[in-house]
Amino acid sequence: MKKKKAASKAWPEKWHEVNPGCMVFIPGNASTYHTGSWRAQRPEWDNKKCIKCGLCYVFCPEGCITEDAEGFFKANLDYCKGCGICAHECWPGAIKMLEEVE
Amino acid sequence: MSTVQNFEIYVPKLLDRREFFSAGHRACQGCGEVLALRLILKALGDDIVVSNATGCMEIISSAYPQTAWEVPYIHVAFENAGAVASGVEAGLKALRRKGRIPDRYVKSVAIAGDGGTVDIGLQALSGAMERGHDMIFFCLDNEAYMNTGIQRSSATPFMAATTTSPAGKAIKGQRTGKKNVAEIMVAHNVPYVATACPSYPIDLVNKVKKAKAVKGPAYIHVFSMCPTGWRSASEETIKLGRLAVETGVFPLYEVENGKYRMTMEIPKKLRPVGDYLKLQGRFRHLNDEDIERVQALVNKEWRKLMNKVATSKPW
Amino acid sequence: MGKRVGMEVAIAASEAVALCNIDVAAVYPITPQSHMAEHLADIIHDGRIDAEFITVESEHSSISACAGASATGARVYTATSSQGLMLMHEILPIVSAMRLPIVMGNANRAVSGPLNIWNDHTDIMPQRDSGWICMFAENGQEVVDMTIQSFKIAEHPDVMLPVVLNIDGFQLTHMIEPIEFPTQREVNKFLPPRKPFASLHPDHPISMGCFNMPDIFMETMKAKDTALRNSKKTIINIWKEWGRQFGRIYRPVETYKTKGADTLILTVGSMGETASIAVDEMRKKGVAVGLVKLRLWRPFPLDELHDAIKGCKTLIVMDRAVSFGGAGGPVATEIKSLIYHDKGRPRIVNFIMGLGGRDVTVNDFIAMVERAKKKKDETYEYYGVRE
Repeated sequence: MKKKKAASKAWPEKWHEVNPGCMVFIPGNASTYHTGSWRAQRPEWDNKKCIKCGLCYVFCPEGCITEDAEGFFKANLDYCKGCGICAHECWPGAIKMLEEVE
Repeated sequence: MSTVQNFEIYVPKLLDRREFFSAGHRACQGCGEVLALRLILKALGDDIVVSNATGCMEIISSAYPQTAWEVPYIHVAFENAGAVASGVEAGLKALRRKGRIPDRYVKSVAIAGDGGTVDIGLQALSGAMERGHDMIFFCLDNEAYMNTGIQRSSATPFMAATTTSPAGKAIKGQRTGKKNVAEIMVAHNVPYVATACPSYPIDLVNKVKKAKAVKGPAYIHVFSMCPTGWRSASEETIKLGRLAVETGVFPLYEVENGKYRMTMEIPKKLRPVGDYLKLQGRFRHLNDEDIERVQALVNKEWRKLMNKVATSKPW
Repeated sequence: MGKRVGMEVAIAASEAVALCNIDVAAVYPITPQSHMAEHLADIIHDGRIDAEFITVESEHSSISACAGASATGARVYTATSSQGLMLMHEILPIVSAMRLPIVMGNANRAVSGPLNIWNDHTDIMPQRDSGWICMFAENGQEVVDMTIQSFKIAEHPDVMLPVVLNIDGFQLTHMIEPIEFPTQREVNKFLPPRKPFASLHPDHPISMGCFNMPDIFMETMKAKDTALRNSKKTIINIWKEWGRQFGRIYRPVETYKTKGADTLILTVGSMGETASIAVDEMRKKGVAVGLVKLRLWRPFPLDELHDAIKGCKTLIVMDRAVSFGGAGGPVATEIKSLIYHDKGRPRIVNFIMGLGGRDVTVNDFIAMVERAKKKKDETYEYYGVRE
């Protein structure tokens, strides 16, 4: 029995295409689902106020906040659910939540 | 912890930058449990095998054909995380000894919610710990059976409203206090038992690393703030975790070989529990008298813990 | 070939497991399986084999621990009976869906209530929908042979399904029988180390036990059913291989003196031996009766059954279990529904007998054949119940 590559199967799969035991062989492929569509607000960083402590990165439940080359932070909007934790925890108030209007 | 000024500023420098749980998972906005899981996995690294009970973390991460897990992962059923992790530990041990897998230490890790730990999972947990398997058991405690719609567990706090312990006219919420599984673990002679909260990430990470270093069983009870089930604002998740610790509702401590040690500043006076309760809709029905009853219970549990801290000695 | 020794069958089962070089056993004791668990503990504690013996706190945990261990790629064994098997019931379909090649010995015992520790098949029959390969052994030699075969069948890449081997409790487990054990060398030749299709290890992280939404569940179920049905081919091939190496032949359906018999008795498990003596006696008296013995229960060997009952006018199906309020014994019900459309199918007579350790003797079989002659309809009836 061979391990089928997910790329060669269209979803929804036919019965004989289902991986044995419903095993998933590609770790972390949940990242193909963009949870960003859930949010009603998104965080925006004011880098003039940011002290580069990284707490926003630590406290993001999605793990979607990343540090750039200069040490500032931003959220990956593909995944950000707009929970507001980063803005709430930011000491210097460098993060504001903005309404998504679309 | 309190001797270092502004220690939180150094936090991100101490954390592993790799993510072992991919974004794209379906946790609720502001989920404290998935944050705890993310931090736990950073502290553990990738030489682990996770055995997960049915629950929030399992459902939000592993809908076939997708998985958010970047580490080896198995889910079997609701009540057997302890037993499955025991089997994983034994299998890895035997295969490594017989040279059928690489000669590398891989830790078996069980992760279950409060349901899969304190209620239906208690037997399997007890058996696993009694047998002394080299594994860590994490209880991610959001204080109810959240995944199935907020039904009470024996980890639901006194007077909290859940769908099976509703705030009704005759009976106002949960009638009993929180089952103390950490104590049960100490009674099993588990060498390392700790409580942790993701609002204190470095404390959490340190405890996970200590648990990983034990060559034997270890248990960590992790407070998992749940805005959906607790009816709190999603952005206040971390704040709620801090309030739970500061009010003594969820004290942070560890028990090493029977010796109790607080890992938080012991306040001269606990913050009033009302500060914590008023931010959550599940306690909305409490009047002042109810809050006093909750405070009395918190005070009693705090005194019990302080006694143990003062008098316990290593085995 | 090894030499023949007299050994209690439960002990022999564990000796057979030891020959298979298992990695992990998680066993919870229950009468009448306990000798299997105890002897396996002896073997491991004496260091005769290198394996982890997990003294679990319940059968639910024993099958769960087996699942965890099997998922790491280990060769895994467990054994249980009756109430223990019922406690495992929740996990059995999960293990087969996850394609974990666990081998389980089941010492058939009546299911409570009321409590009864003696032999019947009411423990295994409720598990027939679980997706496990399910077989029955008739005597001690078969127990040893089929235990070893079970690992090879379960782990075969075209199968990858758990296997339960049924051993009648007390009636077989506690009998001392003459058994020829294969040597370790011969077993190593027949059964190489397990090569798992997938396993849990950080070198290749995968997720096992992912859940299904409604949009994929039916496909998963058909895939599971097809895997079980297709396993019959491999089971037969592995039995043929066993026959070539050891000279003992195993078939999904065994027949005894069926030539020219218009009446056939059909049995499952150790009662087949008693029935065969009854067939001998009746044949001596000129009664044209024969015996069909179902060795493989899941996947159900319909083709082989057809061959065995060709030309038969009356098929007397012996069931040591009953579906309360339903169509009768599980074996008879299954056969009736499978041959419902066949032209010239035999009349089926279904006896519920031997429940809870009630002894069924040679004379009882003869009496049931007599009673079958008189029975006009195809409803089930109890044999040997005091009215």
